[in-house]
Amino acid sequence: MSVSGVIARQFDRATLIAFACVIVLLLIGAMVEPAFLSPKYLIQQLHTASFLGVVASGVMLVILLGHIDLSIPWTIGVGGMMATGATGFLGPEWGVTLAVPFGVLCGALIGTVNGLGVAYLRAPAMIFTLGMNAVAQGLMVYHTGGFAPQDRATEFMRELAVGHFIPGIPNPLLIWIILGAAIVFMLNRSVLGRRIYAVGNQERSVFLSGVDTRKVILACFIFSGACAALTGVLLAGWANRSYQAMGDPYLLPTIAAIILGGTNVLGGRGKYVGTVAGVILITILQSMLSVVQPQRYFAQLGVDIPADTFRQVVFGVVIIGMLLIYGRQQLVR
Amino acid sequence: MTVSSEPADLVSRQKYFGWVGRLSAAQRGILIAMLIFASMFIVYGWKQAAGLTPNMINTAANKGALLALVAMAQTLPVITRGLDLSVGATFVLANCLASTIVVDGPIATTFGIFGVLLLGLACGAVNGLIIVYGRLQPLIATLATSAVYFGIALAVRPQPGGSVNFELADFMTRSSFAIPHSVLLLLAVVVFIWIPYRRSVLGRAAFAIGSSEQAAYMSGIPINRAKMLAYTLSGLLASIGGILLTALTYSGAAKMSIANEYTLNSIGAVVIGGTSLFGGVGSAVGSIFGAFVMRTVGDLLIVFDINPVLQPLFVGVVLLVAVSLGSLRVLRIKNRLDIYR
Amino acid sequence: MSESKSPYLLSMSGITKRYGGVRALENVSFDTHRGSIHALLGENGAGKSTLIKILSGVVQPDSGTIELDGNTVSFANPQQANDLGVSCIFQELSLLPDLTVADNIGITRPPLKFGMIDYRAQRRIAEEALARVGGENIDPMETVSNLSLSRRQMVEIAKALARNPKILILDEATSALTAADVDKVFKMLHRLRDEGMAIIYISHRMPEIAELADTCTVYRNGTKVETFKNGTKSDSAVVEMMIGREYSSVYPAKSSRPTATKPILKVSDFSWNDELNGIDLEMRTGEIVGLGGLDGQGQRQLQLGLFGTLIGSSGSVEINGTTVKLNSPKMAKSDDIGIALVPEDRKYEGLMLSMTVRENLSFAAVEKMSRMGVVDKRAEEAAIDEMIALLKIKADGIDGPVGALSGGNQQKVVIGKWLMTKPRIILLNDPTRGIDVGTKQEIYQLLQKLAAEGCAILLYSTDYDELIGCCDRVLVMYDGRIVRTLAGDDLNETNLVSAALNLPEQAANRPEPKKLQEASL
Repeated sequence: MSVSGVIARQFDRATLIAFACVIVLLLIGAMVEPAFLSPKYLIQQLHTASFLGVVASGVMLVILLGHIDLSIPWTIGVGGMMATGATGFLGPEWGVTLAVPFGVLCGALIGTVNGLGVAYLRAPAMIFTLGMNAVAQGLMVYHTGGFAPQDRATEFMRELAVGHFIPGIPNPLLIWIILGAAIVFMLNRSVLGRRIYAVGNQERSVFLSGVDTRKVILACFIFSGACAALTGVLLAGWANRSYQAMGDPYLLPTIAAIILGGTNVLGGRGKYVGTVAGVILITILQSMLSVVQPQRYFAQLGVDIPADTFRQVVFGVVIIGMLLIYGRQQLVR
Repeated sequence: MTVSSEPADLVSRQKYFGWVGRLSAAQRGILIAMLIFASMFIVYGWKQAAGLTPNMINTAANKGALLALVAMAQTLPVITRGLDLSVGATFVLANCLASTIVVDGPIATTFGIFGVLLLGLACGAVNGLIIVYGRLQPLIATLATSAVYFGIALAVRPQPGGSVNFELADFMTRSSFAIPHSVLLLLAVVVFIWIPYRRSVLGRAAFAIGSSEQAAYMSGIPINRAKMLAYTLSGLLASIGGILLTALTYSGAAKMSIANEYTLNSIGAVVIGGTSLFGGVGSAVGSIFGAFVMRTVGDLLIVFDINPVLQPLFVGVVLLVAVSLGSLRVLRIKNRLDIYR
Repeated sequence: MSESKSPYLLSMSGITKRYGGVRALENVSFDTHRGSIHALLGENGAGKSTLIKILSGVVQPDSGTIELDGNTVSFANPQQANDLGVSCIFQELSLLPDLTVADNIGITRPPLKFGMIDYRAQRRIAEEALARVGGENIDPMETVSNLSLSRRQMVEIAKALARNPKILILDEATSALTAADVDKVFKMLHRLRDEGMAIIYISHRMPEIAELADTCTVYRNGTKVETFKNGTKSDSAVVEMMIGREYSSVYPAKSSRPTATKPILKVSDFSWNDELNGIDLEMRTGEIVGLGGLDGQGQRQLQLGLFGTLIGSSGSVEINGTTVKLNSPKMAKSDDIGIALVPEDRKYEGLMLSMTVRENLSFAAVEKMSRMGVVDKRAEEAAIDEMIALLKIKADGIDGPVGALSGGNQQKVVIGKWLMTKPRIILLNDPTRGIDVGTKQEIYQLLQKLAAEGCAILLYSTDYDELIGCCDRVLVMYDGRIVRTLAGDDLNETNLVSAALNLPEQAANRPEPKKLQEASL
């Protein structure tokens, strides 16, 4: 199978539509603000998209299984707060060196509990991860004593979020690319990847084919937790500190990005490249809304509508619109 | 000669648990939720320094009723094996609108109430249309509409404020003979909305759809109409909750955290109340008790002198425990194949 | 109301239905009278199910007309078909598991009181319908999910009858019934026919059709072959019409195979959950051992036990002399043990329906064709191609979802999946149920071949002919234990039936084989 053939197989209809929409949005934005199409601006967009891309990578695997991870808002928080607060647990020296791995590990721990609950206790993922989200929130609130977190991000964290190991490519983007490449390889070429799709299709058959499905589910939840925590680490590096509810704005965009990228919410179907397209689409959409500023136009008409209203309404309407184009479910026959 | 085809565990269930074993799954769920709530409330009252005063009961009832209404709203779509992540947003939107139009004299107030209820119906209907005719997955569709409804709420009430007709607010939130009016409101909703719904053809169809949509289709059940009704009524119930919130706070506020909190807690209440997330089984009555359980957790924390800031932790743990209890059946199975539905 | 010109109650003509490029029905006709039982015969994919789906309103034809009682009708959905008096009982049950029996029976047009469901009247209707079918012992207030499969099928039939249809369609509706229940249903069908109902009956079981039908129509490849009165054609003539080629013998010869002296599988005193009570059995390589007996005597559980899904079993299992404790299918599949199970439900236990044929085929063996978790694509492709050729899996939809294949081809994929793991012991749970005659033949030949190559095969089948035709010996199970072993000359229908009913050996007054056959089916 030639390289171009392999690449072509990654794209399905949904992915192509998503990428097409990205281009359309860029063109619309460029009409208002020509700088939209400059390389500098595009790289900036990709930089912002990376934060969402990392967390969406993990959640996508869980959705492929036919489950969902609603614990990402506070797992992101845990990642950020545990990384910035690592010195409190590991001491002044190790706490700085191991800040990032510590934060990610804490996220993986949350993922482990999620995985055990869903795979071994057979609890419905929606409710269990919802509960874990609340538990994670409670633990973080307890950790900070109810106040805003006081710890600062380490040098390395800042570098990870803001710097460029490779000239021209922001580090978060680099991380996303590496992560993405690994996931694409795993999903297409590895035994685990096959099993993930299969479990999303029909877990009963997978069990009777002699596969331990519980381990597959556990692995994906651990990965999801780790990715979310990594996003938290990056966010904390970006802002130079962690802050309350830092992960809250990520739940809807993450799920939307994955679904818009063509992954079936019931599991068993979806390409990673689609998620990439969905992430970029959501990011561009959000950027456009802050640039285009429709509320100024309405204000001129004498109607006072907050900026946030447009952000929310347009966001929701666009998602519904795009899904109506290619996200419709099969009719029950 | 016939071979016994009675499943073994049905017979043993009846033998060991008597009348309890013969209850339907939904009724068992309600019973459990009731027991949990009763025990929690008793502990709460016992630990209270002042004891169970009517005032205290009134406050607890009002808070619980708010979540109970949103939980009832959540129950209907869940029965069809769907989900409505926009109930919190509809709740907040109704609150904001009520703080704007349920004001002044009795006539304006009445029109205002109708307006808000109509809005609730509309929100639910839009959800229904997108899910039924747009054929979008409920989770993502309602996630998107929640953003839209919240955005509209922001447009109605950019800043917290507004007011409400004082007589109405007082009437809705006080008690007569120590019985809180909010509880009577819940009772009225159950008697005039839930029970007729459950006993109607379309209401039962909702259970059928949740049980097996394929079989429901093959049985000729009007799937589209049943789902539309479920989501539309859901919006209505959420808007009733919004009016009650306005009556309690005398204002409207478009806070994302409130919308999220009520949506997520409504799911928890529904689960604790015995409604299955897989659809086909459940009751709004159970969800009422589930809501009160969730609310009482916070009160118990205060009474036991635990930092109330830890409420999310305990709510989360309660949720995890509730859902794990349901998973105890995993321990009892004798054939591993049965774990995988 | 126009004068009914045709003598038929139902007349379908020029019916065509295509799914994408596949021609399911091409210009097909079908007629049936009042008061008759009309059987539809044909291989899987011949078009019978599609014709039924059109008649019951589940799908719409691309062209053609349907005349009911002289009026031209069309059904946009099942509800409309029901309203016009066409009631269909499908292979996939249309019952709602979480609702009660009474709710299910009255699901579409329940009796109403003040706009709400009148539960008492509904219960009465349910009781009447159940009595009509012979299911009086079913409690109308019971939740359907608590009923056994056979009971559920009875409720399904009662539900169809409760609508008082003019035309009743049964599509493989008796496949899940116990023998006694099949008897009741047949008597009921004859009664209904005498009362004037038109009944359309699809089944793969020739003896059933011989017993039941007045008229038969054979379909092949989407067209009608012939309509004839029941009994006027021999079985082999009918089969020839169905498969369109010479049909000599049903079963390939049982080759004399060398068998080892030591057993590869030895089960001693195996018990579980009161459903398996002290099973002793031995199998050697090269043997095809059958499991027989009435439905639900523990055959399925025994095979699941040998595959590692049962918890809390007692007794021992030895593979090649070594005692093993089978804890999971993963363990059973492992190279040391080498057991494969072709499960009862090919769609939901054997396959991932939305994945491709290739992905399904390699699924159980993929770890053998990979290094450090990464799949060796070339080795995998080669192995898959080999298996597809070996099993002659129909190449039409080879890159599409396996859910689109016919039942026979789906079963081949399941078998192929397991053959790729190179098992030593193969367990099969009723592998040819609901499969067309041509594919059945291929599977029988395959089993002989596998045995000759050194596999040990445990074949559970509800088809007595199959057990006699394929197996070297048959273990008849009753109440969770093996009550008789039949081999050689003893392996005949009479003995199979009497052993299944747990009659003592050499029962005096052997009844006529044909009647016994009916009872046991």
